[in-house]
Amino acid sequence: MTTVALPDTDPPKRGWYKRNEIAVTPWLFLAPAILFFAVYVIIPIFQSFSISLYDWDGLGQAEYIGLGNYAELMNDRAFEVSLWNNLKWLVCYLLAIPAGLFIALFLNQTVAGIRIYKSLFFFPFVLSQVVVGLVFAWFYLPNEGLLSNMLAMIGLGPVNVLGDPKLATYGIILAGLWPQTAYCMILYLTGLNAVDPEQVEAARLDGAKGWKMLWYVIIPQLKPATFIAFVVTIIGALRSFDLISIMTNGGPFGQTRVLSFYMFEKALSEYGFRMGYGAAIAVVLFLIMLVFIAYFLWSMYREEKGGH
Amino acid sequence: MFPRPIQQASAPAQTAYKTMLPIALILWLLPLIAVAVFSIKPASDFTQGNYWGMPGSFEFVNNYGQVFFNSDMPRYMLNSVLITVPTVIGAVALSAMAGFALGVYNFRSNIWVFFMFVAGNFVPFQILMVPVRDLTLDLGLYNTKTGLVLFHIAFQTGFCTLFMRNFIRALPFPLIEAARVEGVAEWRIFWFVVLPLMKPALAALAVLIFTFIWNDYFWAIVLTQGPDAQPVTAGITSFNAQYRAAYHLMSAGSIVAALPPVLMFFLMQKHFIAGLTLGAVK
Repeated sequence: MTTVALPDTDPPKRGWYKRNEIAVTPWLFLAPAILFFAVYVIIPIFQSFSISLYDWDGLGQAEYIGLGNYAELMNDRAFEVSLWNNLKWLVCYLLAIPAGLFIALFLNQTVAGIRIYKSLFFFPFVLSQVVVGLVFAWFYLPNEGLLSNMLAMIGLGPVNVLGDPKLATYGIILAGLWPQTAYCMILYLTGLNAVDPEQVEAARLDGAKGWKMLWYVIIPQLKPATFIAFVVTIIGALRSFDLISIMTNGGPFGQTRVLSFYMFEKALSEYGFRMGYGAAIAVVLFLIMLVFIAYFLWSMYREEKGGH
Repeated sequence: MFPRPIQQASAPAQTAYKTMLPIALILWLLPLIAVAVFSIKPASDFTQGNYWGMPGSFEFVNNYGQVFFNSDMPRYMLNSVLITVPTVIGAVALSAMAGFALGVYNFRSNIWVFFMFVAGNFVPFQILMVPVRDLTLDLGLYNTKTGLVLFHIAFQTGFCTLFMRNFIRALPFPLIEAARVEGVAEWRIFWFVVLPLMKPALAALAVLIFTFIWNDYFWAIVLTQGPDAQPVTAGITSFNAQYRAAYHLMSAGSIVAALPPVLMFFLMQKHFIAGLTLGAVK
């Protein structure tokens, strides 16, 4: 930082920097982070908007076609499928929140070795999505996979989860739910740790227990954990890419594509280099995400105002 | 405490709970256990269709030896380290400074700068993909580790700044005021007063970012190709293409690729969880 070079003994006449120290320092400290973030995140967002108005293969001359890419999207079956799949991801992924709460309640005890159990339950979250995808792809294998072998034990025929256009997306979502549930679980375990024991005791004296206790006393106190679980789960659902790429590569018959994957396929794969069209898909995904981002920021803003 | 401590329940209920714990855990980790079992089986088991019976022989040393000494995996692992470690250092350094600026000073645009970082942290990667790839190509950094590191530092700075700023907000402010009254220069306040108090946040972030970057796949395939620069998440797919249908080797390879973040988690568990759950309690 440039501040380091300045003398720290006060000169007799205070310099410009010394007089404006409080006003200038934060910007000096922010400068490198803002520079990096602007170059690699903020500016590219606007560039993508602009690229989406061009027909461009990434190398040659880009041709301005206005909203042509968006018009094409309207009649693109694959885009429609991707959009529906994104919706499936969003809805199903939210199951991670109650599932995580359920496991957290199950593990919120103080028996011997419980800490190891908690770590091992959390452990899928640490794995890369690539590994999770591989693990589940093998789990689902129609002949070799453990799932089919277990189904065979109870007399059910083998299922080819990832080969079935109807089932495949749900198979992938289930794989995604595995680490996501673990994440929600750890959020709730932390939240449960901070639940006010006096309120719980008071409610017990009033005869509250079981579901009623959970619904009226515990869950309201877990609100901050639920908010974070909601944020990370929504973002996770809309970011899904790795699992699809590893487990089915969009297939069978393109039925497991989502917007993030379809965009990549259009812009940067063996199917061609349609950067403009890809950017248009990315813009649509971004606008969907923006609804949620705006909501998150608004919640944080209220919090900030309320807190000070 | 909720639910009611099991110690207050009847003896049979306690026993039931204690037997359910390991069963639930095994079911939860079943897909992973399956891969671990695959990774120590001999190739002959797969050709004979013995997928889930007793392994014909234990080939732990052979299978993992293949991965370590007879494939590109060590190179991919090294690439991952060379991408992850500089990113961690860079992102933590940038965000410690940015977090200090946003946490300590009340200037007018403070909250908007803060929200810029938070919002940027949530955007889908695809909206950045084409321009970032172009930029990396223009800089001559396509298919280099540096290209990946620069992007990762920039993107992670969003999340890290959010984290650091909230952490610094919770520090005792009078400490900083006292230093100011003493006439301590602002950068010295950062270095000698705030930074030492931020050690837990620095540790938590370092562990988290390590895991996030190690596990990144999307940017690895967008900005690199081939064993010169690709990290292990992308390398594992080439590895699997090389050993198609050799499940014993593919399983061993996946386990090796997953190991570093797992070790990091078990060694630094406290920091890891503190980082992930920041904000989960008031």
